[in-house]
Amino acid sequence: MSKEMKIMKPIWYFVGLMLMTIGGIILITGLYHLFTPRASAKVLAELYPDIWWGGIMLLVGVVFFVLSLRAVAKQTKADR
Amino acid sequence: MEAIGLSFVDWIIIFIYFIFVLGIGFYLKRYTTSDEDFFLAGRKNSAWVAGLAFLSANLGALELLGMTGNTFKYGMYVAHFYWIGAIPAMLFLALYMMPFYYSSRIKSVPGYLKLRFDEKTRVLNAISFGFMTVLVSGINLYAMALVLHTFFGWNWDVSMWVSAATVAVYVSLSGLMSAIFTEIIQFFLIWFGLFLVTALGIIEIGSLQEIFNRIPEAYSTLWSTSSDPTQNGMLVTWGGIVLGLGFVLSFGYWTTDFLVVQRAFSAKDMRSARMAPVIASFFKMAMPFIVIFGGLIALVLSRDPNSGFHLLHDGGKVNYDSALPMLIARYYPSGLVGLGVTALLAGFMAGQAGNISAFNTVWTYDIYQSVINKKASSAHLLWMGRVATVAGVLISLVTAYWAKSMPTIMDYMQAIFSWVNAPLFATMLLGMFIKWITPNGAFWGLLAGMGSSFTLFLAVKFAWIEKSTITLSSVASDMAANFWRAWWAWLICFGVTIVVSLFTQKKPEKELVGLVKGLTQETVDQPVPLLRKPEFWAVISLIILVVFNIYFW
Repeated sequence: MSKEMKIMKPIWYFVGLMLMTIGGIILITGLYHLFTPRASAKVLAELYPDIWWGGIMLLVGVVFFVLSLRAVAKQTKADR
Repeated sequence: MEAIGLSFVDWIIIFIYFIFVLGIGFYLKRYTTSDEDFFLAGRKNSAWVAGLAFLSANLGALELLGMTGNTFKYGMYVAHFYWIGAIPAMLFLALYMMPFYYSSRIKSVPGYLKLRFDEKTRVLNAISFGFMTVLVSGINLYAMALVLHTFFGWNWDVSMWVSAATVAVYVSLSGLMSAIFTEIIQFFLIWFGLFLVTALGIIEIGSLQEIFNRIPEAYSTLWSTSSDPTQNGMLVTWGGIVLGLGFVLSFGYWTTDFLVVQRAFSAKDMRSARMAPVIASFFKMAMPFIVIFGGLIALVLSRDPNSGFHLLHDGGKVNYDSALPMLIARYYPSGLVGLGVTALLAGFMAGQAGNISAFNTVWTYDIYQSVINKKASSAHLLWMGRVATVAGVLISLVTAYWAKSMPTIMDYMQAIFSWVNAPLFATMLLGMFIKWITPNGAFWGLLAGMGSSFTLFLAVKFAWIEKSTITLSSVASDMAANFWRAWWAWLICFGVTIVVSLFTQKKPEKELVGLVKGLTQETVDQPVPLLRKPEFWAVISLIILVVFNIYFW
């Protein structure tokens, strides 16, 4: 087994990637519909929940992703 | 029933989730080289990973659709499942039972029964657990198909087979580790995907207090109407809640059900294993914000003719499990709908994966290796685990069709738990804390407890006896009958185990060292700061539990 194989990416890396991806898509969709209103609005659509909720997901995802990458880098350095 | 359409963006999000979980399965396969990797995730997880997985393994269809639907049906009393019906048991597991489980290095709960008692008790429990697990796995499949059918109008059969195939692929690739990874991703998706439903519901209605103002008292309190079953939505007394749910069902599930306990076994050391249920207890207490308040919001909206909100109907009957999907459809625009649906799907698939990963472990270690092939190598056991995964998925597919015929998902779950887990808790409690309990006492007690629970279930179902005979009250719901049946099964198991133990041969004390309190050196953690002690956080958790119960009294 190679050295690279031994260091398994932590779960937080995948959590971050998932939240970033989905949050980013929701945020972009919300922004798009800000300028191109939907044909039928949902209840409380005036609060633009997709924009701020997508933004929060994206931010949380970035935090998880960056911290997990730093942890992997630290582990790799320690193994060397 | 009109299907809710999904936009292109929603489909993209759902597709990304499927790619993610399959990708994780393939990524982790290279790290799965032995049976311990496959069945116990290599015993290297932190307390947080083990703790979130411990909770998430329980966050299947039961938690999401079933609990929200039951809150609509029974009211605030459903919160008992999250508070008195979970927290004391989780903390008891962490503080008192985990030292015996973890220090004996067992690979499964039936494995403990083999060490403490004998092979026949282990096999009896393994078979009943395996049976229960595939049944519960079938519920997850049914619930998933319900969502796909509700939202997209998909064919039931296609929905169940597609989702089952996905779970079969990623669990058979890397076992418990991929199940744990996807469970933690599911945890975040559920919170991000469903928290917003409740938040928007509260905003629309005005405030949390306004929600309680708009529903009858029978649906809005936790304990104050429990002395008279006719005064609460669940038609249950406080005795049924405390003895049946709070004691037997809860302790039976959280301390002996291998599905959840297996996650704590994957922790890297004793402290992490003990911290796992304590960490999980905080998030468990928070879940009612989504499911209970979600159910109450649906109830308030459905009572307001101007809201335009209503639950779906199947064949003239109200489909209570549609409460959460209908709230998502009400508030979420495209994009967020995809997230909400993905959260539900993730809950179902991770729940199913949890059941299957527990099933493959018990089958492989406690039935196959124990009875069929005692000399199996690690590589052979790894292969058998993968075969058991696929077989378990296929069997759960069959059970999914049966689950579809039950009135609500939750009632079905509780019925199964009271057959298997309730008596098992009596066996474990006596086995861990009393040294003179004998192997024959445990075996016959367990058999009598399981048999009596199942017999009572049939007796009530086919009206051989009145429901009120076992609930000790003139009126009772199915849920109340489940609580009381669990209590009687536990009591019968407890009594028979003690009586038979008095007349049968005991195991030598030297064989019980490390397995029974009093014969085991108390394991003391290395000196750690107060803030890292499981005991400290358990006390904090207990205080919050008491505050919640008083606040919603």
